[in-house]
Amino acid sequence: MLNIDSVEKGLVIDHIKAGKAMEIYHYLNLDKMDCSVAIIKNAKSKKYGKKDIIKVENNLDMDFKVLGFIDPNITINIIDNSVIIDKINLELPHEVENVVKCKNPRCISSIEQEIVHKFRLADKEKEIYRCVYCDTAYDKK
Amino acid sequence: MLKGKSLIEPMDLTLAELDEILKLADEIIQDPAAYADRCKGKVLATLFYEPSTRTRLSFESAMLRLGGSVMGFSSAESSSAAKGESVADTIRTVACYADIAAMRHPKEGAPMVAAMYANIPVINAGDGGHQHPTQTLTDLLTIKTLKGKLNNFTIGLCGDLKFGRTVHSLIKALSRYENIKFVLISPDELRVPDYIREEILMKNGIEFMEVERLENVIGQLDVLYMTRVQKERFFNEADYVRLKDSYIVDNKKMSNAKNDMILMHPLPRVNEISVEVDSDPRAAYFTQAKCGMFVRMALIMKLLGVE
Repeated sequence: MLNIDSVEKGLVIDHIKAGKAMEIYHYLNLDKMDCSVAIIKNAKSKKYGKKDIIKVENNLDMDFKVLGFIDPNITINIIDNSVIIDKINLELPHEVENVVKCKNPRCISSIEQEIVHKFRLADKEKEIYRCVYCDTAYDKK
Repeated sequence: MLKGKSLIEPMDLTLAELDEILKLADEIIQDPAAYADRCKGKVLATLFYEPSTRTRLSFESAMLRLGGSVMGFSSAESSSAAKGESVADTIRTVACYADIAAMRHPKEGAPMVAAMYANIPVINAGDGGHQHPTQTLTDLLTIKTLKGKLNNFTIGLCGDLKFGRTVHSLIKALSRYENIKFVLISPDELRVPDYIREEILMKNGIEFMEVERLENVIGQLDVLYMTRVQKERFFNEADYVRLKDSYIVDNKKMSNAKNDMILMHPLPRVNEISVEVDSDPRAAYFTQAKCGMFVRMALIMKLLGVE
């Protein structure tokens, strides 16, 4: 088992679907932050077989809503003094803005300058989001 | 209250608001002269980024018959869009000159963007293959005028149900009325999109059936709504040859339809309704075109808050 220092203050993003860690790294703009970040890929998981984990030190100021859009099964542990002080279970957000872009070439968002790329939850059970402008479903796969 | 609102998709309207518009349209039909100067001094901008005959002319005719004036453009080439101007900038400029705007745009969602930036009501006059709410209002007014109700009937929608935006909007709008049964008639490759079937029909427990041939079901219908099936939409020539005649209404097929069925079509038609059917009293498509003007008159009055 790979050993990575535990986080003293920060957060641990757990139960990430194996292979999705880098996607989340970019969604959360972690590449632009100067805090320590550890990415663990293909860790053993009782629930999923294998999973990814991201550990972030000294930074709690993030838009977790976005993570619910990417994968609502992700859990977030807030760490202080090396102990978990809070656990956040994510849910599907009603709306997401400027996270992903509509892939429909006929959508106004493909040409309009400075438009807010917005998706709204259309079907909670099937986790279907639709572009607010053209109703095209966003394929999360 | 509809005053100041925009109409981007049919579901923007509550059932009460929809009924309010249809009721006013009916009153205008009864006495058009009484409404001849209700919009005097008001200006409608028709912003048509792609060509249209019926929709643009019916909007212009509607405003002129209300005593108002009309300005605008009828192609993107004759507007600042040709110079690369955004929809947001165009509408904010137009809003300085007009009291209300109708917009047709090839990009889906463009009228919604316009409505977000405008301080005047914006009416979606068709955005790509997406929505065409005033066609839906037209269709509802036609059914209400000719059948006397918007509930308890069986409607057949026939032709290209996959790409036909008028069909999608009409299904959504009718799904809110009681006891409407849908018969969806199309070749397999042109069936309604999954989201219409799953998120509208199945989710709301609405009775519907999907069939391939019109001649097998025409006798069950109270309303038949035809749309055009283009040859290039078929995956193969063999299917096209096998099915093409099934999507053409002629006197022979009409002889098996109910005596009080109404035959609708958003127009323009090509060959999906034979000219011989035009003289059949059940042919409603030109009445439909007229209803389009009256319902736009009612809509303009309501959105402007004109009494």
